[in-house]
Amino acid sequence: MKQDIILAGVGGQGILSIATIIGSAALEQGLHLKQAEVHGMSQRGGDVQSNLRLSSDPIHSDLIPRGAADVVVSLEPMEALRYLPWLSPDGWIITNTTPFVNIPDYPDMEKVKAEFDRLPRVIALDVDSIAKDLGSPRSANMVLLGATAAVMSILDADKLRDGIRRVFARKGDAVVEANVKAFDAGLELSKQGR
Amino acid sequence: MAQKQLLLGDEALALGALHAGLSGVYAYPGTPSTEITEYIQAHPLAAERNVHRVWSANEKTAMEGALGMSYAGKRSLVCMKHVGMNVCADPLMGSAMTGANGGLVVAACDDPSMHSSQNEQDSRFWGTFGMMPVFEPSSQQETYCMARAAFDYSEKRGIPVIMRLTTRMAHSRAVVEPDMDIRQQNELHYPEHPRRWVTLPVNARVRNRELIKDYAQFESDAAGSPFNFLKDGKDRSMGIIACGIAYNYLMENFPDGCPYPVLKVSQYPFPRSMAQELAAMVPVIMVLEEGQPLVEERLRGVFPTGVKIIGRMDDTVPRDGELCPDDVRKALGLPALPALPASQVVAPRPPALCQGCGHRDFYTALNNVLKKDYPTARVFSDIGCYTLGYMAPFNAIHTCVEMGASFTMAQGAAYSGTWPAVGVLGDSTFTHSGMTGLLDAVNGNADVVLCISDNLTTAMTGGQDSAGTGRIEAICAGLGVDPAHIRTIVPLPKNYPEMEKVIREEIEYHGVSVIVCRRECIQTARRHAKK
Repeated sequence: MKQDIILAGVGGQGILSIATIIGSAALEQGLHLKQAEVHGMSQRGGDVQSNLRLSSDPIHSDLIPRGAADVVVSLEPMEALRYLPWLSPDGWIITNTTPFVNIPDYPDMEKVKAEFDRLPRVIALDVDSIAKDLGSPRSANMVLLGATAAVMSILDADKLRDGIRRVFARKGDAVVEANVKAFDAGLELSKQGR
Repeated sequence: MAQKQLLLGDEALALGALHAGLSGVYAYPGTPSTEITEYIQAHPLAAERNVHRVWSANEKTAMEGALGMSYAGKRSLVCMKHVGMNVCADPLMGSAMTGANGGLVVAACDDPSMHSSQNEQDSRFWGTFGMMPVFEPSSQQETYCMARAAFDYSEKRGIPVIMRLTTRMAHSRAVVEPDMDIRQQNELHYPEHPRRWVTLPVNARVRNRELIKDYAQFESDAAGSPFNFLKDGKDRSMGIIACGIAYNYLMENFPDGCPYPVLKVSQYPFPRSMAQELAAMVPVIMVLEEGQPLVEERLRGVFPTGVKIIGRMDDTVPRDGELCPDDVRKALGLPALPALPASQVVAPRPPALCQGCGHRDFYTALNNVLKKDYPTARVFSDIGCYTLGYMAPFNAIHTCVEMGASFTMAQGAAYSGTWPAVGVLGDSTFTHSGMTGLLDAVNGNADVVLCISDNLTTAMTGGQDSAGTGRIEAICAGLGVDPAHIRTIVPLPKNYPEMEKVIREEIEYHGVSVIVCRRECIQTARRHAKK
């Protein structure tokens, strides 16, 4: 069994903390994993992505071939669309709906929505608002991770919760629980949305 | 039982070096190599063993520091991005002549596709150029094992070993199982061949002939290396040579095993005998290598041979750019996987200076002065976050070539009649290779305005210590700049009138002016505020 995930967003949004938690859970589950990250110049407000590959068998390439990604997870809606050529025809898009506008020619949001509407498997959530409503606006990425967990069959949701606990442990119990709560909210909404 | 860890290729190299009994890491930050040194700096074993781990001023000083440590019998590691190899080329080439005493490994991280670089140069060339072995891992686990093996090999053969990583290996994480046998550090001991270390012609001529002989030995070592292997396949219509990470992209396309005979190469000098063995089996050889077609070009030669060679040079694989599984798939003649077309809605999102960054305010003030009153001005810059001043809305710089080139190119243009000639670099680039250029400007009394946009850190690579923090003005004065023309300003919108006044005054002064524009990087400031 294998699952290939593309994590997308804008430099500084925090896609790497999602990757870290998935990585930690995968390691606990004894899975093979490769995770290609973006460092350096592109991190300065540009588009960033991480290729995350999980498998019960050894993985060769650090990069996901075009048409092979099972899930595209994005903290920004237009950034999700950037990776359509990598998405498998029966793959899922899990995306935040709040745009991050730092370029003058950002597309009309109606056009972005129309792109999602013509795709069969999209879960679009306003993770920023959901996190805010939960009282922890900084855990928006955990809402998104929760939403992803619903379609990421290779990983156990409890293993991901443990991963959140490990990664946030040094920030104290309150932060850990806020993040687990955000994760659960995303998971629940995602199940409803399917 | 060894604890499995999720490590970047960079981190796997660092851990391998620590476990090999490292005594010092010498480096200047540069993507994608930075995390090697950062991992060692943060590792408890490095603190426990007092491993030298302070950033160097540039790659040349780093290489020389490491060579000094090797002379004293200890194991040392030098890390840099590919273009850093140019900066340290002099001691690097010299180190092949001296040879290594304590194990010396030079980690060069290449950046094909130029994710964060100005060119695609392939560091494997330094191996043939300097007659040194090159190790090129294909997985994170192999990176760990190879780092350890590279130190042993360096001591066994008395030669520095270049370890070449590319972006995708440096910055990809995978499970690594370290060896629990952690080697002790070396004791202080001096070289067996003291003459080699004084490269006067009388000694160097002798050493050069030894090195030529040694290089043949390195090649036979490569042919017997566990990192290189030839695996037969049932389809002998073609053979494949896959170097380093290219091996992964090949195997990705054959989940049930590659049907063609494959020669995997991860240790150089290129083992020609293994290639000859492959050539005896097949009529065509496809060469897959990340970077420039170094192996392919040699196999092709000039005259026709019996075996047809295909690869980057006949566009079987794209001539430039990073390899990927899709390019290799196409080269192998396999059909593309079904995939969606690219969305037409998506706009490019290039990197930009952060909101609130001091470079923004500096460029705004500079533009306000130059665009209004000095339309003939030319602005020479170089490598750092501030290079992003080229992008809209600033469009503030005319050149960017390499570290430190701003100050020296500004002088050359000034002597040629350019006025105003303005140089812009950052504090870390200034101490990396701008200081000597400033001395040239002083000695030639160039009519230049040299600006140091000081954010108190090495920002582009993630905020490493900058070598001259707190001493920038003193360094300029020490190099002979008239203290009346070393001006310090604080880049903030409210200071625009004052900043513009200073810039104008220094343009009107016909000699060497230095403007230090200082405000902490907002990324490091945020991190400091959290602590």
